[in-house]
Amino acid sequence: MSDAIKITIDGKEIEAQLGQTILEAADEAGIYIPRLCSHPELKPIGSCRVCTVVCDGRPQAACVKPVMDGMVIENETPELLQHRRNIIDMMFVEGNHFCMFCEKSGNCELQALAYRFGITAPQYPFQFPEKEVDASHPDILLDHNRCIMCARCVRASQELDGKNVFQSIGRGFDRKIGVNGEKALGDTDMAVADRAADICPVGCIIKKRVGFEVPVGERLYDKAPIGSDIEGVRS
Amino acid sequence: MSELVPTIREICKKYGNDRARLMDMVREVQESIGHVPREAFGLIASEAKTHRVEVESVVSFYSFLSDKKKGEVVIRLCDDIIDRFQGADAIGDALIKELGIGFGETTADGTITLEKTACIGMSDQAPAMMANDTVVTNLAPEKIPGLVKQLRENPEPQALVTEMGDGNNADPLVQSMVCNNICEAGPVILSDYRKDGGLRKALTQTPEEVIEDIKTSQLRGRGGAGFLTGLKWELTRQAPGPDKFVLCNADEGEPGTFKDRVLLTERVDLVLEGMTVAAYAIGAETGIIYLRGEYSYLRAFLEDKMNQRRVAGLLGNNILGNEGFNFDVRIQMGAGAYVCGEETSLISSCEGTRGDPTDRTPFPVVKGYMVSPTAVNNVESYCCAARIMDKGPGWFSSIGTERSAGTKLLSVCGDCARPGIYEVPFGTKLREVLRLAGAEDVACVCVGGPSGQMVGPAQFELGISYEELSTGGSVMVFSNQRDILEVADAFMEFFVDESCGYCVPCRVGNVLLKNRLERVRKGEGSPADLDYLQRLGESVKFTSRCGLGQTSPNPVLSTLKNFRPVYNALVKDNGHGLNKSFNIMKAVEDASAIAGRRSEIFHA
Repeated sequence: MSDAIKITIDGKEIEAQLGQTILEAADEAGIYIPRLCSHPELKPIGSCRVCTVVCDGRPQAACVKPVMDGMVIENETPELLQHRRNIIDMMFVEGNHFCMFCEKSGNCELQALAYRFGITAPQYPFQFPEKEVDASHPDILLDHNRCIMCARCVRASQELDGKNVFQSIGRGFDRKIGVNGEKALGDTDMAVADRAADICPVGCIIKKRVGFEVPVGERLYDKAPIGSDIEGVRS
Repeated sequence: MSELVPTIREICKKYGNDRARLMDMVREVQESIGHVPREAFGLIASEAKTHRVEVESVVSFYSFLSDKKKGEVVIRLCDDIIDRFQGADAIGDALIKELGIGFGETTADGTITLEKTACIGMSDQAPAMMANDTVVTNLAPEKIPGLVKQLRENPEPQALVTEMGDGNNADPLVQSMVCNNICEAGPVILSDYRKDGGLRKALTQTPEEVIEDIKTSQLRGRGGAGFLTGLKWELTRQAPGPDKFVLCNADEGEPGTFKDRVLLTERVDLVLEGMTVAAYAIGAETGIIYLRGEYSYLRAFLEDKMNQRRVAGLLGNNILGNEGFNFDVRIQMGAGAYVCGEETSLISSCEGTRGDPTDRTPFPVVKGYMVSPTAVNNVESYCCAARIMDKGPGWFSSIGTERSAGTKLLSVCGDCARPGIYEVPFGTKLREVLRLAGAEDVACVCVGGPSGQMVGPAQFELGISYEELSTGGSVMVFSNQRDILEVADAFMEFFVDESCGYCVPCRVGNVLLKNRLERVRKGEGSPADLDYLQRLGESVKFTSRCGLGQTSPNPVLSTLKNFRPVYNALVKDNGHGLNKSFNIMKAVEDASAIAGRRSEIFHA
């Protein structure tokens, strides 16, 4: 217990452990910091920036920033909520997201975040980029229209599956997730049982033949807003 | 493909089939066969003991690498705003006419590919281009037919160089028409100096004392961020780890900057001396110069200088007879990626991966290159460090201002009579810099490049310093004949092209900023669009992961602040709240095309 330290989030002092990130410490204390690319089983990479907080006066991604004793953190300020909303909007307009047709609707973390932030329509113009759909794999569909480049699949394949099915290719607005095969996902050693097949926060990686097993209306975020599980910890 | 297998195997073997040298392998494959064919990804991956997609990841990241076959000669016309204002568009038109192809295309005979590229560091002799590694400066449309004819007959770009530039540009290992254009030599770097005097003195002191001297001198990083160099060295020395590294950031990619080009041409020994002092202070045995791909014409010359230092006992084992002080340097070539000037991206690139930045906790001083303590410093910072050791920290800190010690090399370019390099003491007023360079009727100066600030005459009384007008060297001058928002637009285009795309705000936000700025420039904007630009710009700045995204909205934000009347003249509230960018006839045409019939109500 010698590693126990104190940090302050939005004026509330909480206990944290050295070695934790701000996000992990906040989760334990029942304080929800919105996030997308972060996943408890994966190394954090700080790519979506939704979890941006102000830490001792400077913006930091909570998922990668380790805690230090006495840190003072701002989380739910009007300014930060606006920045996060703007980032969520950006993810909607950079891809082609049609929630009403998407198998992931109700289980989608991007959609759930939008609801939590009260977003009914993005404030930025849709970019309508041309994206590929890769249906080459017998059991898995890859729909790049919905990819938000969180690289969860990249990390899950490496860290949890011991493979290297995915990697980022290209740069800038044309950056995308590439696959470790001559042409398409079907050329890789991806298996439907891989954790990488399960870990996509949006509807980019979809398993075939199990669509709509759980009816719309009974899905994860149909019942409670995203983050409720963490906030439920709060006593 | 099968005929290429031995070549590719040979290249990979040359770099020890080491995955960390993947950059060098793919660069050399490209040099040797003109591109990195997709069919070769698998072979390179298996030779380097990595995965095919990792090879694709690297090749697709750098703009000088390509998986598509290119011509024997690749012409890259410099497309930064300074070159455009000096007539690059007319050069482009002339090239298109003579070659009979557009940008991004290759002549039918496979001889010449035509491309555009970001600033190649020749803004003082614009318009300029690269033909493979050869730099061709001071282009004029009337020179293009002859130039193209010559390349068609002899696809050897070096033959285009008939007149050499000054100084070491004429060295047999450089043979370049590039000119130094040193206009003002200050006391620290460009005056005559005692060769290796700083290193010799440093070796009479303990490493701790050397660090103390650098700290006392108040030397701050010359790349622009201004971190205290002595403190950086101290943190690197103190960080645990058996191997430590000294990296020199020679990825001079900020448009309008070319002072490192001149230092690498005329002050290589001083750079290497400074790196050696750093290695001694930190306890490093290995150094890397990360040289931007655009400066590959200097590579052989630099390698030779390094060799000369090895022979003279200034690099290698037991340097200058100091038992146990071993240090050597290698060059890591870049391949066309501005973001690699960001220190963590630079490290990624040195490790042979794509140049994505990494998180700065831990900082490179603790875990940098090969997860070891690493000091990354600018070319100019190393020069300063060597001089501080020779002349003393007090001498150095007596020059400049209280918070900005020493001199600064400025690369002045654009609308002025004498573009070139100016070494001035920190605190020199911008107005004085403009006077020295012979700039008249100046409407706007971009200080620090696109990532810096665009300032107007009201700010010309401010001094060049970390506390007032901070710059890594770039000073771009724009006369009152120029459209300031055209400049801002070109800068946003640059950031859109150069964003690595890792984080959302930089990947998407810059595209949105550029699109909205275009709308305003076309006169289709409303006052609400200025709020949109401001708030979007602030979000990108606030939430982006690395220095690129944290500064990329500056062209928009600094012009909104300093040139508001220019925007106000373009946006008018039209009273009825209609969106001026919406064209009803165009929308109807699009819809008609989809529906396959004409509108009953709206038609021309």
